[in-house]
Amino acid sequence: MASIAAPVEHDVGHSHELSFVRKYIFSTDHKIIGIQFLLMSLLFLLIGGILAMLIRWQQGFPGQVLPGGGVFPETMVSDGIILPEFYNSLVTMHGTFMVFFAIMPLLVGVFGNYLIPLKIGAPDMAFPRLNMASFWLAVPAGFLMIAGFFVIGGSAAAGWTSYPPLAETSEYSGVYLGQQLWCVSLIVLGLSSILGATNYITTVINMRAEGMTWFRLPLSIWALFITSILVLLAIPILSGAVIMLLFDQTIGTHFFKSATGLPILWQHLFWFFGHPEVYILILPAMGVVSDIIANGSRKPIFGYHSMVYAIIGIAFLGWVVWGHHMFQSGMNPTLGMSFMISTMVIAVPSAIKTFNWLGTLWRGNIRFHVPMMHACAFVSMFVIGGLSGVYMASTPVDIYIHDTYFIVAHIHYVLFGGSLFAIFGAITFWYPKMFGRMMNPFWGKIHFWLTFIAYNATFFPMHQLGLEGHMRRIYDASRYDFLSGTHGLNVFISISAFVLFASQLIFVLNFILSWFRGAKAGANPWEDTGLEWTTPSPPPHGNWPATPTVYTPPYEFSVPGMAQDYLPQDQSKDMVTAGQPAKGG
Amino acid sequence: MDWILPHAVSSYAGDIDAIYYLILVITGIAFVVTEAALVWFLIKYRGRPGRQASYIHGNTKAEIVWTAVPAVTVVVIGLLSGSVWNSIKGRDSVPAGAIPIGVHAKQFEWNVTYPGADGQLGTGDDFTVRNQLHVPVDTPVVVHLSSEDVIHSFFIPAFRVKQDAVPGMHIRVWFKAMETGEYELACAELCGLGHYRMRAAVTVHTADDYQRWLSEQSQTVALQER
Repeated sequence: MASIAAPVEHDVGHSHELSFVRKYIFSTDHKIIGIQFLLMSLLFLLIGGILAMLIRWQQGFPGQVLPGGGVFPETMVSDGIILPEFYNSLVTMHGTFMVFFAIMPLLVGVFGNYLIPLKIGAPDMAFPRLNMASFWLAVPAGFLMIAGFFVIGGSAAAGWTSYPPLAETSEYSGVYLGQQLWCVSLIVLGLSSILGATNYITTVINMRAEGMTWFRLPLSIWALFITSILVLLAIPILSGAVIMLLFDQTIGTHFFKSATGLPILWQHLFWFFGHPEVYILILPAMGVVSDIIANGSRKPIFGYHSMVYAIIGIAFLGWVVWGHHMFQSGMNPTLGMSFMISTMVIAVPSAIKTFNWLGTLWRGNIRFHVPMMHACAFVSMFVIGGLSGVYMASTPVDIYIHDTYFIVAHIHYVLFGGSLFAIFGAITFWYPKMFGRMMNPFWGKIHFWLTFIAYNATFFPMHQLGLEGHMRRIYDASRYDFLSGTHGLNVFISISAFVLFASQLIFVLNFILSWFRGAKAGANPWEDTGLEWTTPSPPPHGNWPATPTVYTPPYEFSVPGMAQDYLPQDQSKDMVTAGQPAKGG
Repeated sequence: MDWILPHAVSSYAGDIDAIYYLILVITGIAFVVTEAALVWFLIKYRGRPGRQASYIHGNTKAEIVWTAVPAVTVVVIGLLSGSVWNSIKGRDSVPAGAIPIGVHAKQFEWNVTYPGADGQLGTGDDFTVRNQLHVPVDTPVVVHLSSEDVIHSFFIPAFRVKQDAVPGMHIRVWFKAMETGEYELACAELCGLGHYRMRAAVTVHTADDYQRWLSEQSQTVALQER
């Protein structure tokens, strides 16, 4: 199969003939595309972060002049005060950028692209041109989304969930073109994701190196493979729903209009996509964390098969829990019962994964490198995010905490405490492979600790805000007597958030400076077992001079009777002990 | 218990809060156990020269235990939650004889329709007041919720009640206030640029006060209409 799919230009000998544009801009090399996705999504992460800072300014210091607010037009910030309509834009676009243009491409676009061929022993993706198209669709999608800020009426302002009828007519939302740009952008981005997912699935099925059986795949690849299936099935549902919404907005259809359609239908479609999407945003993070924890513990992953089945279990159950977003929506309350039970049950595979990570650490010989610190933070924060999910799953408790800051706290514990810590860990871990240089470990540790502390100071108190009844997405809590006691907490959260944002500048600088000045990395700086570490850093076009053969399971650390404590997948214990030294190191 | 959650004043708020505190205890134990294990392992098994990690691939008995224990726990939480849910939002949960009050949400106000002297909605003596919800204490009230334009959400934190108002749908939600006083009704679903100020005052009267207020209002409204 590989010979059919791999195009001519992936013959290693031809790589030097490519022009600059073909090599670095319209590239078909999965490694370059992975790095392109990395730069694009880090930029959107930064934009999403800036929007979050504006939100926190308004929450902490409502009615006070925004420092630097003069750069915004009068329609957004008037006399230095953030306007309510702009505030709605901010919460909408912060969520949209972070979910669709930062976390999702960071996990799926970056590590799906970069790691899948390198970890399964393939010279490239099955469909390199499709891969290029996937990236070059994501870029205009991003521009379309940003364009919303520059059109009359401002950007979309109906929340990242875009509930109609608010999202449908400017009469209700005050937004004109912005809402439609939101739809078009997501349709284009959806196409990008579908192309990417098709490619990943085909590649994993067809292009594994000899000996790379299914149960020798690293958990990162298992997670990315299952995630790709979720993407392929879930994204078309979103695209379909968004197209219906766009038709309602522009050509007068009535899918979600109250007179003849059902506003609640949108919620069913959106969350039928949206809950698998949650797992699209966490499964790859779990995968890379498994790789890093095995490496850091110098132990095989505990319960590898359970981990694989847990990924599959989460992916399957993820399809039958969407109603838990809709307990108070007017959906039949009897459905609430069944969605509650399915949601409760999905806690089980998550618990299995957590305990297996702990089992991996147990009796290890732990190396606290920067990726390992982030991976342990992931486990620790995912425990909080997972447990706080139980409160919302419980229908009666959800009556009270639904649409409050408790939900905001939960999603940030999963997506920041979970996904983003995993992303920081994974970037630091594979940076030497991508760029041939190490990120600075000293500044990496400073960044980690500042982020870990400021992150918890920002998001943990939001649970308490929610328990006070503080609604999410409200511009000014001082309108309510029952929220008068929350102001101090809001100020504390805002200041923590500013520290959190400032700490990320350390990461940005470390990322950029290490590219040029970082210590040169060998082929295998972390002494890891994965196939990607058996080729030079960065790998040449085509990845290996000759396709590797796989002899061992993925996490053979500390094998008894060996001098070194790791056994790369392309070697067997016999080969190493018979005197052939391990490659890399 | 006003320990973490604010003071609750509806008949079922105590049940909701009890489930909350139950989950708090269970997840609290799970949190402490897992985080303590994590920190303990990180300290105890920190890398030291000359030490070798154990070459272990897993343990089936451990997998069974940490699959079964969370599974049983969450299903129990689910079943306990289910009965409370049914008593609040279930199909037949609205108590017989509850006073009907119409609440029609629109950007950005709550229009509250009272049944007048005959106790029936949809009759000639109904009257509507904006942004004021008046209810009698110790009496079940069923709110007939609807929306003019977009989705709103009827949220009285002190009563632990929340229900979306959806255009095109007629949704019933009930509560029984247990203490007289002034409370607040907020919109909990983003409904546009005035979402944050879509607020109404909630007044819980004694039964006599409520009747007095009702007759005063119906006279005022009747005079206005004449």
